[in-house]
Amino acid sequence: MLTGGRTRPGHDGLRVETPLAAVPAALSAPLRFEARRIVELCQRPHSLADLAAALKAPLGVVRVIVGDLLTDGHLRIEEQPDVLSIDLIERIRDRVRAL
Amino acid sequence: MSAPSDTAAPPIAVKIVISGGFGVGKTTFVGSISEIEPLITEAEMTERSLGLDDTSAVPGKTTTTVALDFGRITLDDTLLLYLFGTPGQDRFSFLWDDLVDGALGAIVLVDTRRIEDSFPAISYFEENEIPFIVGVNRFAGGLRFDLAEVRDALGIDDIVPIVECDARRRESVKDVLVALTEEILIRRSRPHH
Ligand SMILES: Nc1nc2c(ncn2[C@@H]2O[C@H](COP(=O)(O)OP(=O)(O)OP(=O)(O)O)[C@@H](O)[C@H]2O)c(=O)[nH]1
Ligand SMILES: [Mg+2]
Repeated sequence: MLTGGRTRPGHDGLRVETPLAAVPAALSAPLRFEARRIVELCQRPHSLADLAAALKAPLGVVRVIVGDLLTDGHLRIEEQPDVLSIDLIERIRDRVRAL
Repeated sequence: MSAPSDTAAPPIAVKIVISGGFGVGKTTFVGSISEIEPLITEAEMTERSLGLDDTSAVPGKTTTTVALDFGRITLDDTLLLYLFGTPGQDRFSFLWDDLVDGALGAIVLVDTRRIEDSFPAISYFEENEIPFIVGVNRFAGGLRFDLAEVRDALGIDDIVPIVECDARRRESVKDVLVALTEEILIRRSRPHH
């Protein structure tokens, strides 16, 4: 899972920045308005924070809807590395420098 | 199986937290570098804020909303950097764990006119063993402490880097973020951190 060694996991293990992607069948599922919007947005990966910004909804509200969509298999969590490698941290540093 | 999202390399999302006292420049910092409108909200149930706010006139289901600084920077095709500002008001401190969980590191902004305002943030990151550096904002009317004096006043370890920061300037914000990644790399190379 993605709770990893970086720090302790959150209350339900899903971090605000973790990318979420819709499974291919999700678009044809009978979903209510916000859930449907989330599945549409997650055709490309969106995190809880991205979704909260896009929907102009509080983070906690989005977390609840996303929780249901994950449980029902309409969304999946993009697996994240447990520990960021030195290479990756150097890549972050170099990319920020080049911004 | 053959959907583009399955064949493309999965995106990696990295998070850095921007913290410090009230009015220290957190929102400005995130806004200087984010590619999106840097704002999301979180709501708090009335029960929690009862006794803290004057909600006596407001019936049952109202919530209090707090704005959270939120920034996103696309570093490359598969690497996203998120910035989150910690909410200042004490009654939203329950959000800190959520925002800080999994963070690569943190930046604690300090206003030299009110150095002590940044103590809670520093203790939090020390206690939770989150790598952090201190960014000293130079506000007009602030005494010209040198960085060593700020370090003394903060009472932080010699190994915690302190850098100058002007949250209004993108180049300065970049320098501070780079300094944090350097600090994380140094910590990684120490046998025990
Ligand atoms: N001189 C100077 N002024 C700054 C700097 N950063 C922010 N300011 C100014 O300070 C004021 C407060 O900045 P904000 O970014 O709103 O501070 P904040 O930490 O988000 O404030 P709260 O969310 O209310 O705690 C604004 O008027 C900014 O323009 C800085 O680095 N130097
Ligand atoms: Mg602010």
